[in-house]
Amino acid sequence: MDISAYLDRFGLLAVGLVAFVAILMALYGLAELASRRDRSRVVATVFLAPAVLFLLIGLVYPAVRTFVMSFFDAEGTGFVGLKNYAWAVSDPDALQILINTALWIIVVPLVSTALGLVYAVLIDGRAGERVYKALVFLPMGISFVGASIIWKFVYQYSGTGENQIGLLNAVLRALGMQPVNWLTEFPMNNFLLMVVLVWIEVGFATVVLSAALKGVPIEMIEAARIDGAKPAQIFWNITVPSIRSAIIVVAVTVFIATLKLFDIVRAMTQGHYGTDVLAHNMVEQAFRLNDDGRGATLAVLLFLLVVPVVIYQVRNMRRQELEAR
Amino acid sequence: MSTVPIGTSLPEDTGPREKPARIGETRGDRLRRVLSSRLASVVALLIAALWTIPTFGLFINSLRPDDEIRTSGWWNFFTDPQVSLYNYNYVLYSDSQGGGLFLNLINTVVITVIGVIVPVAFAALAAYALSWINFRGRNALYVGIFALQVVPLQMALIPLLSIFSRGLHIGDFTIMPAWELDGVYTIVQVWIAHSIFGLPLAIFLLHNFMRELPGDVMEAARIDGASHSQIFRKVVLPLVTPALASIAIFQFLWVWNDFLVGRTFAPGEATRPLTAVLGDMAGTWGFGWTRLPAAAFIAIVVPLVVFLLLQRYFVRGLLAGSVKG
Repeated sequence: MDISAYLDRFGLLAVGLVAFVAILMALYGLAELASRRDRSRVVATVFLAPAVLFLLIGLVYPAVRTFVMSFFDAEGTGFVGLKNYAWAVSDPDALQILINTALWIIVVPLVSTALGLVYAVLIDGRAGERVYKALVFLPMGISFVGASIIWKFVYQYSGTGENQIGLLNAVLRALGMQPVNWLTEFPMNNFLLMVVLVWIEVGFATVVLSAALKGVPIEMIEAARIDGAKPAQIFWNITVPSIRSAIIVVAVTVFIATLKLFDIVRAMTQGHYGTDVLAHNMVEQAFRLNDDGRGATLAVLLFLLVVPVVIYQVRNMRRQELEAR
Repeated sequence: MSTVPIGTSLPEDTGPREKPARIGETRGDRLRRVLSSRLASVVALLIAALWTIPTFGLFINSLRPDDEIRTSGWWNFFTDPQVSLYNYNYVLYSDSQGGGLFLNLINTVVITVIGVIVPVAFAALAAYALSWINFRGRNALYVGIFALQVVPLQMALIPLLSIFSRGLHIGDFTIMPAWELDGVYTIVQVWIAHSIFGLPLAIFLLHNFMRELPGDVMEAARIDGASHSQIFRKVVLPLVTPALASIAIFQFLWVWNDFLVGRTFAPGEATRPLTAVLGDMAGTWGFGWTRLPAAAFIAIVVPLVVFLLLQRYFVRGLLAGSVKG
């Protein structure tokens, strides 16, 4: 064990912390000076400067630059027009990536939200509700990488004759069936990767929807029951409409997380066996294949897919606010 | 959907065991209700088990000797319990391939400390200015920052990395020279990247909280002659401490569990954070996969403990961010 390597790191951390505190104190001093002379504009500038500077350099400029780069070649020097976009929608490998991404963003939000809703309703008011919730919520604290490793052991395949050490194949064996090499079987492997993300997101859906359920007026449900409504009718006609906005928020949030997903594909299959998706292949193109143009194009496509959903979300929020007034 | 027991949310239910007959309920109705409640219990238990067993299996596996992991599933531990901490020892401290992750764990700690406090502090300053200082263009600026949440970090990766390695120029004019960071110092790039990417959500959430603070308290402080910087430090910060906590937890989980940012901005084997090393180890699944459970568990356990202990704050932030909007 080389202690100097640790000293390097903690030395860096110490320097970083000191620099950070110095910057904060300088900002605070400036704001104090301006405050005394009652110059709100200067105070506002001082308070906003670090965040705005970071966002301009780290998000606004790069986003514009990425957009421009998507019209240039691999080195970013020669203008190629829409060639990269043509590649993205015509090349068979690239098309497979788009199809996979489409599958992900439909299946994962739908299944996560539905499962979360069913589970939230099932455990609502039940003895030990908190424990039930915590168990399903737990994967939210685990990284995508950690979750992938957990599930890779569930899917593990050890040849046909061997003792199966993956849980799923062991179950198949116990049922007298042949074990399957899950992660190489296209197109099934795509769905098995989605299971990992669903496993993480259901906890989020459960917590938000369960909180929303507490707001459904009990009198309404009781009245419906007295009128002879069946549980399924109550669920579809009272529960779901009452928490509609929470359901939409959950689905949209999961949708955006799904679209940006890189880690699970990387850790499970590295995008092989027909499992690649947009956010993962973008990094492959840019950093392994060194094709900045294609990488940038895929990033722009990612952005274009998020925009309509967020606009819908903002509209939804506005309407909610208006209704609340 | 007919199994959904809406009835269990009603206060007169004393629990899953005792089900007194309701007014106006026939014996058949009661029987059906009790049965559907039983079925609901089974389904809820099943989901809870499915969500817990994979993690539990990984934990058991991490405690078994290499040969055992290689040849039999983790469930064999219960018939033939063999415990070995060899894998933990190896992945943390061995100088051989796939070992020495203790250094990467330290990287993660160093990255996380600054990667959490910087964006939260800068976001708090910005959110205060956006909610309580009057200046022209305030709303436009807030909407702009809000909209930046849409930009996927994939759009920023290539240009941001190029700013670090090549500097920022307009034509021949150099705005900022290249940083030429090496080795351990690439961690500075990860700090900055995390600070930038964490800002939009943190500002949005903190703005939501700060805007809700009572205006007359601010007004009173102003009349008493307090400056903006004093109000920020002595009035606002204490009031929004719970919000700061929940945002810090969000950012902590995101930074600790991050794979892509760490891997891109601190690419060296010895400078990567733990999750980034694990992600690639899992992706290749080559030599030493039997050590993955121990390695993964080391990475998982810290955020999991933090998550469980501070779940209340996390959930509050989640609900504030998603439902209220």
